[in-house]
Amino acid sequence: MATPNTPLWEVFIRSRNGLAHKHCGSLHATDATLALQAARDVYTRRGEGLSIWVVPSSAITASDPAEKGMMFDPAESKIYRHPTFYEVPDEVGHM
Amino acid sequence: MYTQALNTSEAEDRGIEDAARAAQFQARIDAEERIEPNDWMPAAYRKTLTRQISQHAHSEIFGMLPEGNWITRAPTLRRKAALLAKVQDECGHGLYLYAAAETLGASREELVDLMLSGKAKYSSIFNYPTLTWADIGVIGWLVDGAAIMNQIPLCRCSYGPYARAMIRVCKEESFHQRQGYEIMLTLSRGSKEQKAMAQDALNRWWWPVLMMFGPPDSASRHSDTSTKWKIKRFSNDELRQKFVDATVPQARYLGLAIPDASMKQNEATGHWEYSAIDWDEFKQVLAGNGPCNRDRLAARRKAHEEGAWVREAAAAYAEKRKLRQTAQAAE
Repeated sequence: MATPNTPLWEVFIRSRNGLAHKHCGSLHATDATLALQAARDVYTRRGEGLSIWVVPSSAITASDPAEKGMMFDPAESKIYRHPTFYEVPDEVGHM
Repeated sequence: MYTQALNTSEAEDRGIEDAARAAQFQARIDAEERIEPNDWMPAAYRKTLTRQISQHAHSEIFGMLPEGNWITRAPTLRRKAALLAKVQDECGHGLYLYAAAETLGASREELVDLMLSGKAKYSSIFNYPTLTWADIGVIGWLVDGAAIMNQIPLCRCSYGPYARAMIRVCKEESFHQRQGYEIMLTLSRGSKEQKAMAQDALNRWWWPVLMMFGPPDSASRHSDTSTKWKIKRFSNDELRQKFVDATVPQARYLGLAIPDASMKQNEATGHWEYSAIDWDEFKQVLAGNGPCNRDRLAARRKAHEEGAWVREAAAAYAEKRKLRQTAQAAE
C-alpha cells in the first residue's frame, strides 16, 4: 500500500517561563499527538523548552513577500508613532 | 564535505531568468540579506540548494550507521549512553536538514526515494567500516571535527532555513567532537595495545577524512556560483588546510603520529603541508565502490521497508480519527 504524504507541522517552543513560544522548525507526522511527540524528540533533546505548540503548516496564512511594500511601507512615514519624535525639555528630566 | 558530489556532478543549468529580478536577488545577497522560502530566487539557486541540503541530510542519516555499529559493544555504560545520544543527534540533524530542503519545494518522500534508489549522493566518509572501538573515537574527533570546520561558515549561508538549521547542528556537533577526543585520550593513555588501536584507527581514517572537504579547488566546478551566492564562504582547500592546522597539535597531544611521513610545517606561513591525496580512491567511493557502499544502502533500504507498516498504521489511524470526527460533527 502506498502511504500518502505525511502532513507537515510547524513547531513552536517556549524556552523559559515568561517568554513567548518561538518557531523553531518543522516536521512530518500523521496526527497532532505524534507531531507533539516527534517535536519533543527532534527539538528538545537538551532541555530547550517548557512547552511545545505544533500547528499544521497548512493552517498558516502568511503575507506575501512580494507585497512587502504595500503591507509595511505605510508605517515608515509615521515617525510620530515613536517616542523619539517628541521633544521634552532637559529640565523635565527622564520621561 | 557532506555534499561533495556537488563538486563533481552535472553542469549548471541556468535557464533564462528575469534579468532585473536576478540582479535584485544578487544585490540582496551582496548586502548579506537572508533569502527566505517565499522570496523570488533563480531556479539554479533553488536547485543547487535543494541538492546540497538534501545531500547533507542524507549524510547525517547514513552517518548513523558506522557509529550505530558500536552502540551494543561500547566499553562502559557512560560511553554507551554518550554514543547513543550522538547517534540520536545525527538523526535529528538529518531531520532539521530535510525540513530546510523541503522549504525549497521538494517533498520528503521524493528526497528519501532519491536516497534509497542510490541516485542521491552522501558523504564518502560513511562508506568506510568501523573496525574497532577506537574508530568511534576517531569519528568523533576527526569526522565531526571536519564537519564542524565546514558547517560553521554554513551558519552564515545566504539561505535562511539552511543557516538556521546549521546553527542548531553546530551547537550539537561540538559535544560530538569532544566525546571523540576523550575516547582517543583514554586509549592513548591506556595499555600498549590500546594506544596501538588508537594509532591504527588514525592511520585508516586520516586520508578519507581529508577527502571529506571535496576535490581540490583546481578541480571543483561548482564553487564559483556557490561563492557568488554566498552558499559557500571558503574553498575546499582553504577549509582542508584549516582543519589540518587545527588537528596536528591535537594529535601531538595524544602522542599519535599522523600517517603522512613527509608532512611538514611551512615556516613562512605556519601551515602544515600535507602530501598528495589519492583522488582516485575518492572518486571510486563516490561512484559506489567504497568498502561499505552496498552495505550502507542495503541497511537504509531495509530500515525503510521494515518501517513501512508503521507509516501505514499511523496514516490509517489518523484517517479513522478524522472520519470519526466528521461523523460526530454531522450528528
